[in-house]
Amino acid sequence: MNNKTINHAAWIFVLPVVALVAFNAIIPLMTVVNYSVQETFGDNTFFWAGVIWFEEVLHSTRFHDALLRQLTFTFTILAIEVPLGVAIALAMPRKGPWVSVCLVTMALPLLIPWNVVGAMWNIFALPDIGLLGRGLNVLGFDYNFTRQPGDAWFTLIVMDVWHWTSLVVLLAYAGLVSIPDAYYQAAKIDGAGSFAIFRFIQLPKLKRVLTIAVLLRFMDSFMIYTEPFVLTGGGPGNSTTLLSIDLVKIALGQFDLGPAAAMSLIYFLIILLLSWIFYTLMMRSEAQ
Amino acid sequence: MRRYSWLVPTLYILFLMLPIYWLLNMSFKTTNEILGSFTLWPQEFTLENYRVIFTDPTWYNGYINSLIYVTLNTVLSVAVALPAAYAFSRYRFLGDKHLFFWLLTNRMAPPAVFALPFFQLYSAVGLFDTHLAVALAHTLFNIPLAVWILEGFMSGVPKELDETAYVDGHSFWSFFLKIFVPTIAAGIGVAAFFCFMFSWVELLLAKTLTAVEAKPIAATMTRTASTSGYELGLLAAAGSLTIVPGAFVIYFVRNYIAKGFALGRV
Repeated sequence: MNNKTINHAAWIFVLPVVALVAFNAIIPLMTVVNYSVQETFGDNTFFWAGVIWFEEVLHSTRFHDALLRQLTFTFTILAIEVPLGVAIALAMPRKGPWVSVCLVTMALPLLIPWNVVGAMWNIFALPDIGLLGRGLNVLGFDYNFTRQPGDAWFTLIVMDVWHWTSLVVLLAYAGLVSIPDAYYQAAKIDGAGSFAIFRFIQLPKLKRVLTIAVLLRFMDSFMIYTEPFVLTGGGPGNSTTLLSIDLVKIALGQFDLGPAAAMSLIYFLIILLLSWIFYTLMMRSEAQ
Repeated sequence: MRRYSWLVPTLYILFLMLPIYWLLNMSFKTTNEILGSFTLWPQEFTLENYRVIFTDPTWYNGYINSLIYVTLNTVLSVAVALPAAYAFSRYRFLGDKHLFFWLLTNRMAPPAVFALPFFQLYSAVGLFDTHLAVALAHTLFNIPLAVWILEGFMSGVPKELDETAYVDGHSFWSFFLKIFVPTIAAGIGVAAFFCFMFSWVELLLAKTLTAVEAKPIAATMTRTASTSGYELGLLAAAGSLTIVPGAFVIYFVRNYIAKGFALGRV
């Protein structure tokens, strides 16, 4: 990374990428900005509206509720998936034929289309024909995720843990394998216990991959749409209406372009801000 | 302690396989059996659901459409990302760090934010309901990803390789295509895999940008679910088939998956 030559002509190489991404990112973003400051009466004529939509969104309890649900969801799955993923990676074999079996089967959920993940969990959790739903009811739990908000949340979180914990496992495992054997031998000579090995050898090595895992899981869980939409449709009531689901409801369902655009921008800014913090932390730990 | 540690991954894999098993189980059942009784494995084993999918064009065209735009997207993303990643890994230039972060921000853009403007943009340029529209739209998050992964792999190749090639009289493009690209073939494979994967699993944009001609399989599934009154067996069979391409390619990249997710930085 350090011995790079300064060459401004290298811009030619990045030009195609910049052109394509700009086409996809800047034009639509400008459309959103446009809508966010205008008012329409539905006949394709628009009026300057200033920041009323931003004020409306920022003061609406509907947005606050969706944001609160989103934050609850994101931090719950992070709190479960990261420690669980590390624990599984620590217990995985390091050599032998089982390594491939573990890696391939664990990566499988990551490659299933998101709506299929939702549909699969819907079928799996239905109280009358699903294995999970039926099983819980047979065990004496009054479980019905289409009627009870608590059950819907439980299903949503278990589904996300099912879908994405493997990402943390794979990253943590890659970090663990990169530790040279000599470190463990040195620890053995010093008489270090398994906790000391974890605390002083494995955890420091995992710091970087875990920052990446948290960054990715944070971004993706904050943008989640398809899986909860297929699983619960945001219900029962509004109990699992996360930010994206609410946004699509407003934009494509009610066609309230102004508020939807203002909400889009606020939403994007929140992700950008939080991701920028994670990114800076990641780059700082890399520089060390 | 150590002796029982195999239990943890085993239980985890079991947990991962249960919903998949249930989906497969459903796909081999008749609608009557699904709705009429609760059975842990198919009592009247049937391949009827799969037969419907392979013979009805509205179903199998969904797969073909998905595969076309996914392939288009993968080729496009990797092709433009290659020179860009080379520039990032070898040179410092005006605004390089900001550009790198700007690319990453597009990986953070929620598809829900872009759904409506994308629909308007691609309708305006006359690409609505084409495979190219979806392929282009998916480059929004796949190009940044491909650049990151390739940059990671390229930074692992010593600069001396470039210098020796120039001393040997190679021109830039002759060096790049004949020496450099083969050297980072593994990285290209991994980048292609990730582009394939993220384009394959995404639905919101693919659904918004298509109507009939380029409708992805995932969208066919949602529509069928609502119109024909939940033919669960058929839905389960279609879902099971979407797992196949992933399961097939994953074996080849198993040792590089983590590196790909870490954007080339493990």
